[in-house]
Amino acid sequence: MKKLVFFVLALSATCITRAQQTFPVNGVADQRKVAYAFTNATIVKDGQTTLQNATLVIRDGKIVAAGSSVAIPKDAVVVDCKNKYIFPSFIDIYSDYGLTPPQRAPASFDFRAPAQLSSNQKGAYNWNEAMKPEVNAANIFATDEKTAKPLRDLGFGTVLTHQKDGLARGTGVVVTLANKKENLIIVKDKASAHYSMNKGSSTQSYPSSLMGVIALLRQTYLDGQWYKNKPASEGLNLSLQAWNENQKLPQIIDASDKWNDIRADRIGDEFGVQYIIKAGGNEYQRIKEIAATKAAFILPLNFPMAIDVDDPNDARLVSLAEMKNWELAPTNPAAFETNGIPFCLTTAELPNVRDFSANLRKALDNGLSEAKALDALTKTPATLVGVYDKVGSLDGGKLANFIITTGPIFNPKTQIVENWIQGESYNVKEEAWGDVKGIYNLSINGNGNTSNYSLDVKSSTQATVISKDSLPARFSFNGKIVSLSFSPIKRGRSNIRLSGVANGDTWNGNGEDTSGNRVLWFASYSKPTIAAPDTTKRQTQLAAGKVLFPFTGYGWDSLPGQQDLLIRNATVWTNEKEGRLENTDVLVKNGKISQVGKGINAGPAKVIDGTGKYLTPGVIDEHSHIAVVSINEGAQSVTSEVRIADNLDPEDINIYRQLSGGVTTSHILHGSANTIGGQTQLIKLRWGVDDEGLKFKGADPFIKFALGENVKRTTSSSNNRFPDTRMGVEEVLNDAFARATDYQKSLKGADAKNIRRDLELDALVEIMNKKRFITCHSYVQSEITAAMRVGEKYGVRFNTFTHILEGYKVADKMKAHGANASTFSDWWGYKTEVQDAIAYNAAIMNAVGVNTCINSDDPEMARRLNQEAAKSVKYGGMSEEEAFKMVTLNPAKALHVEDKVGSIKTGKDADLVLWSANPLSIYAVAEKTIVDGIVYFDRERDLQLRKNITAERNRLVQKMLGEKRSGMPTRPAEASSQKVLQCGDHAEEDDDLETK
Amino acid sequence: MKKIIALIILFACVVSTKAQETIYPSKENKEHFVISNATIHVGNGQVIENGSVEINNGKIVKVSSGSTTPGVRVMDALGKHIYPGLILPVSHLGLKEIGNGVRGSNDFLELGDLNPNVRSVVAYNSDSKFINVLKANGILLAGVSPEGGTITGSSSVVQLDAWNWEDAAYKMDNAIHLNMPNLVIRQVRSRASTATPQPSPADQLKEALRKVDEIKGFFKEAKVYNLEAAHKETNLKLEAVKGLFNGTQKLFVHADQVKQMLVAVDFAKDFGFNVVIVGGNESYLVADLLKQNNIAVILNQEHRLPETEDEDVDQPFKTPAALQKAGVLFALNDDDETTRYRNLSFNAGTAAAYGLTKEQALQAITLNSAKILGIDKTTGSLEVGKDANIVISTGDILDMKSSIVTNAFIQGRPVSLDNKQKQLYERYKYKYGIK
Repeated sequence: MKKLVFFVLALSATCITRAQQTFPVNGVADQRKVAYAFTNATIVKDGQTTLQNATLVIRDGKIVAAGSSVAIPKDAVVVDCKNKYIFPSFIDIYSDYGLTPPQRAPASFDFRAPAQLSSNQKGAYNWNEAMKPEVNAANIFATDEKTAKPLRDLGFGTVLTHQKDGLARGTGVVVTLANKKENLIIVKDKASAHYSMNKGSSTQSYPSSLMGVIALLRQTYLDGQWYKNKPASEGLNLSLQAWNENQKLPQIIDASDKWNDIRADRIGDEFGVQYIIKAGGNEYQRIKEIAATKAAFILPLNFPMAIDVDDPNDARLVSLAEMKNWELAPTNPAAFETNGIPFCLTTAELPNVRDFSANLRKALDNGLSEAKALDALTKTPATLVGVYDKVGSLDGGKLANFIITTGPIFNPKTQIVENWIQGESYNVKEEAWGDVKGIYNLSINGNGNTSNYSLDVKSSTQATVISKDSLPARFSFNGKIVSLSFSPIKRGRSNIRLSGVANGDTWNGNGEDTSGNRVLWFASYSKPTIAAPDTTKRQTQLAAGKVLFPFTGYGWDSLPGQQDLLIRNATVWTNEKEGRLENTDVLVKNGKISQVGKGINAGPAKVIDGTGKYLTPGVIDEHSHIAVVSINEGAQSVTSEVRIADNLDPEDINIYRQLSGGVTTSHILHGSANTIGGQTQLIKLRWGVDDEGLKFKGADPFIKFALGENVKRTTSSSNNRFPDTRMGVEEVLNDAFARATDYQKSLKGADAKNIRRDLELDALVEIMNKKRFITCHSYVQSEITAAMRVGEKYGVRFNTFTHILEGYKVADKMKAHGANASTFSDWWGYKTEVQDAIAYNAAIMNAVGVNTCINSDDPEMARRLNQEAAKSVKYGGMSEEEAFKMVTLNPAKALHVEDKVGSIKTGKDADLVLWSANPLSIYAVAEKTIVDGIVYFDRERDLQLRKNITAERNRLVQKMLGEKRSGMPTRPAEASSQKVLQCGDHAEEDDDLETK
Repeated sequence: MKKIIALIILFACVVSTKAQETIYPSKENKEHFVISNATIHVGNGQVIENGSVEINNGKIVKVSSGSTTPGVRVMDALGKHIYPGLILPVSHLGLKEIGNGVRGSNDFLELGDLNPNVRSVVAYNSDSKFINVLKANGILLAGVSPEGGTITGSSSVVQLDAWNWEDAAYKMDNAIHLNMPNLVIRQVRSRASTATPQPSPADQLKEALRKVDEIKGFFKEAKVYNLEAAHKETNLKLEAVKGLFNGTQKLFVHADQVKQMLVAVDFAKDFGFNVVIVGGNESYLVADLLKQNNIAVILNQEHRLPETEDEDVDQPFKTPAALQKAGVLFALNDDDETTRYRNLSFNAGTAAAYGLTKEQALQAITLNSAKILGIDKTTGSLEVGKDANIVISTGDILDMKSSIVTNAFIQGRPVSLDNKQKQLYERYKYKYGIK
C-alpha cells in the first residue's frame, strides 16, 4: 500500500500575531497556526474551472490559493492528493441546523372549539402569533455536532439556518459545520429574512386558511410601511420594527408547492419583493409558469418512494397523478435547468438526510447536468445569500471549506474522504484515502514456521486469501486497523485470526492460528488487481410518462386551442326572445357566437352534427366551492381581506366532472363560517389552464356574506366568537359598515397618508362604492330582512341572497330591495333554519319577480344543475324555458355578466352545451361542453381518456412492482385524498361538519 | 301560474287540510274499485299500455289491459302512469328530525358498539313531517334503520300512512344492520386535531381487522347460545341475532369498499347468513362474486362523485347497469340528508339514463327493494294478491320534469298527498296573489 500522508515537519516561526479570544482555556494553551498544501490534486475550483495536477494552499482557516503553479509555503504541511479531487464544500441555504425545530400547532382551527382570538406571545410583539420577524437565528443558534456530522459526510460545509416557524420567521444566519464554538463559525449574521405559508406553531385561530395566510402577509407589508412613521397608536411594535429592518436582506419564502410558488411570487410582486422560493418538488408540472416568476428556487430532493401496489384493491385508490409524480419527481431539477431557472439544492424535507446522495443521483440520471448540480450546491446558494466572497469556490481569501474525494464528485463510486471546514479536517471516510485494493504478500509466523499466502483485497471489507485454493476471508480495513480471518483449508472449520495496523503499503500485527497458538504476521503490497471495467456509466433513463395539464389522468398533453365551430341542425334553446329554435345552426368564431340561423355556411369551421340534439348556453353555478385550496377563513367574524382568487386550484378534478354536466361558469365563494367572509372569484371551467387563466375576465368582483346558524356556530357548544345570535349577526354588519364609512372618510381627510391601509376595510369600502357586490348566505326571513335594512342604512344593496330557502316569505321585500336570489331546488330539513324550506321557493320568488337562480354548493349536484332547474317544473309548474334560465341566464344577470354569457346570442361568449336530449330531462347527457369556443369536454374523448388512464396506471403499477422486486423500499398504498368542499368546510379539515 | 297539483279528491275520507297536524291517516278502505285508462308499470319489468288495476278490500285483484269489471266504481286515470308504491329501503326516517345542532331530535345513533338488540321501530315517529313529503313523491314504504356502533340493531319496514309506530309497522325487525369497519388506509388530508392523537392509518387498519374478528366471535357465540334449549343467564344481544341463524332475518352489511364486501361474503359463507350489502359504491368491481354468493346490494346513492379521481366520471350513475348485467339482485336507495330521501325516483332515473331500461330502473325501487327487504309477497309490484300500494303520476315518475304524483294508495286506502311544503306554498301563493 502506498504512503498517503507525508508529514513535513517544518517548524518555522512565521506566525507573528497571536490569535486572541475571550474564552479562558482549561488546561494548556494549544493554538496552532498551520498552513497546508494539498498537492497533485484535481481541483475543481468551481463549476466552470477544473485544474489538473494542482495545488491548494490554505492557512489560518482560509484559502491562500489554488492553482497549477502555486508555491508551497515552507511552513506548510504537505498532503499528497494524487488521484484525489478537491471540490468546494456544499452549501445548503434552507437549513434549521442548530435550531430547535418548532412544535407543531396542537390543532388546526376547529370550528367547534373556542377560538383563540389573540396572540399568546408575551411582549411588545405583533398582534398575530404567526408573525415572528423579530426572531434572529444567530441569537438562538447552537453548534450541534450530531446534526452537523451527517451533513459534513454528504459534503456540506456551510449552511444558512433559520427557525422554521411562522409566516414571518425572522432572520437567518450563515454558519459553517465546524465543530466549534458558535462565535467562530458564524459566517454571516442576519444573512436573510424568512417567510412561509404555514403558520407553524401558532395556536392563534387566525389565519386558518391559505387565503388568510396570504392576506396576513399582505397586510403586514402594509403595516410595515405604516409603522415607518412611528404611529403613536401602535406604540413600540418590535415585530414590525424587525420586519422593516429585515426588508433589506435576501427574502426567502417557503412555498413548497408549484402553485404556492406562484402565489408567493405574486405577493412579492405586489410589494416590490423578489423572493427566493423554497420549492416543493412538483414544479416540473408547471415549469413555464414557474419560469415566469423570475425567482431563484431552492429545490428539495424529497422524491417519493415507490408505492407498494401488490394489493390491487389498495392500489386502485392511489391516483394516477400520485403514481406519475413518483416517476417524474426526479426530473424536477432537470426541468429547472432546461428552462434556465436559477436554483440551488437543499437537504430539507428529506425523511433522512442521508438519502441526499442517492436522490441527487436520481436527479442526475433524470437529466440534471453535473456542472449545474455543482453550481446548485456551491456558487448559486452562496451568491443568493451574498456570501460568495466567503464560500462557494476555491478562490483565495475564501474559507478553507472543501472536500477531498476519490473521484469526480457525482460519480456513484466516488467517496468523500475528508471534509475540511475552516481549515480543519473532518474525517468522512479516511479509509478511502488509499486505494486498498490490490494483491498483497501475506506471511504468517508461528512457532518458527512461516506460511505464505497471496491476499487479494477487493475493497475495505472484502478480500480473498489465495493459496492452492481461493479461500474466503472476513476482512476489514478502516484506514489504520486491519483484521482478517480465514480458514487455511477449503471449507475448513477453524480460522486463523489476524489483527494489525497499516503503515503505508505494509501491514503487520499478531493473531492466533487455527489451534489458538499465537502468531505474528506481515503483509506487503505487491501488485494491482486486474480492474474490472467500469460499468457504472450514467444511463439517462428518461421517464416514460408525460406531464399532463392538469396533472391528472383527465388532463391534456397540450392545451387545446380555439377553433371555429359550426354546430349544425340542433334544437337551440337561446334564452332570448326567439326562444327555442328547431333545426338551427350556430356558428362560433374566435370563441364568440358569430351567427345563429339555418343553413349557415361552415367555411373553415369544424362542423359538429347536432341532429336530434339540443344546444344550450353553458350552465352557470352561482354558488360553488370547487377549484380551491380553502374556502373558509373562519377565525374572525369579518374577513373581507381574504380572497378566493389567492388560492384557486385549477387542477381540481371536479372542474372536469362539472364540464361533463354542462357547467361552463362557476362562482367560487368563500364559505359561511363568518358574517363577512372573503372575496369571491368568478371562473370559467377552462380545464388545463392556470389559476389566472380560470378567471372570468372583466367580471364585477363579489364578496361572500353569511347569516344565521353557521355564523353563530350553532354546532359548537363553546362558541366564544361574537356573534352567537342573529341579533349579533346584524350588529356585525352594522359595525362593519360603520367602520368602513369612517375609514373612507379618513382616507379622504387631511391625514390620509398616515392612515393604515386596511385590506379588510378596503374591501368594505369597495362595497359601499358599488365596486364590489354581495352574495349573502341566508336562510330565514328575519335575517334576510335585517340584512337588507342594515345595507340600506349605508346605501348598500345586497346583490344576491344565496341559499335563501325562506326567500319565498320575503320575496316582495327582496324585489323592492333589488336583490337576486340563488337557491337550492329541494334541500330542506338538515338543520333548524331550514325547517320551513320548500321546493316551491324558486317558483314563488320567480313569480314575484325576483331574478332567481338555482345553485349547487355541492360538487356532485353541480353536474346535474339542469335537473335541479327541472324540479321547478315539478314543484311550482314553471315553464321549461323559464326553469332552464335559472341555471343559465338568471345567474348571468345576478353576476352582472349577462352581456357575455347566459344565452345564445351573436357576440356573446361561445359557452355552449350539446345535450343528447331535452336538457331538463334526467335522461339528457352533455355530449360536448364548450367554453370560449373550445371543446373542453367531449364524451368521445372521455372514453379514450379512460382507456389511457387504465393503460398508464398499469404501466406504472408494473414499474413499481419491478422496483419492489429489485429490493427498493416502498411505501404502503394509501388512498389518495379527494378534495370536496362545501360551504361550511374549513381549510385542512376532513369532516364536513357545517355543510350548507 | 298554472295550477299543477290537481288533487283529484275521490273519496270523502280525504279531507281538505289546513296544517300538517290535520293531515289525517286514512281510514280502512274495503271498497272494490278500478283505476283505468293508464299506462301500468307493473314493477317486474312489464308495461301494460291503456290498462287497468282492480282493487278490492285493499288488495290488487286484477291487472289487465283495457277491460274493466262491470259494476265496479271506475277511477279514470286517462294518460297517467300507474306504479307500485316506491320503497325507500334504508333510512333514518322518523328517527332523525332536525339532525344537525339539535341533539334532542335525533334517535338514530345509540351508544355502544354491539347493539343488535336495539330496535329502530320503537322510536319511529310516525308524525315526522318528512313522511308526508316522501308520500307526495310516491314513496309509500320505508326501511327504518339504526346507526350507532358496529352492529347497530334491527330495522323494520313501515308504511307511511299511520297513527303510530305499531300502526306503521309493515314488517318488523326484517334485518340486523352491521357497519363494516373501514378497511382502507387513507392519506391524512390534513393535520387533524392532535388534542387526541390519532392512531396511524396502519394501526387503524389493524384495529379494523381486530374488530372484524370480534364480530365473527360474537356471531360464533350467538350461534352456540341460540342452539341452547335454555340459558342460565339471559343475553339480550346474543338472543337478538337469532333470526340471522334461522333465516327469518337478513344481515344488512353497510359496506362500500371491495375489501369490506369480501368480508361480508365471508360472513355469508361462514354462518350461512342471508347477506345484503348496503352502500356498495365499489360493488361493480365484484359484481360476479356477489352474484355467485347470492348477495343482494342496496346502492345508497346514485348522485355521488366517483370514488377516486381516476374513476369514470359517470361510474356511480352506471353501477346499477353493471350489477344488472351480472345478474345481481339490487335496489336503489336515496340517502341524501339535505333533501331527505325525496329524490328516490330520480336515483332510478339516473340509472336509466346510464344503461338500465326504465322498467329495470323502476324495479330497482319497487320489486327488487321488496325482495331484499323480504316484503315481496305483499308488495313491490302491481300483481294480483298483493297489497294495493299504488302511485299515480301524470308522467314518467323517474324524470323530474314529468314526475308529478297525483294519487297514492296504501293497502287500498287513498292517502293524502298534502304536506307542510305544499301548505307553505299555498300560504304564500295566497300572500302574493299567485294563481
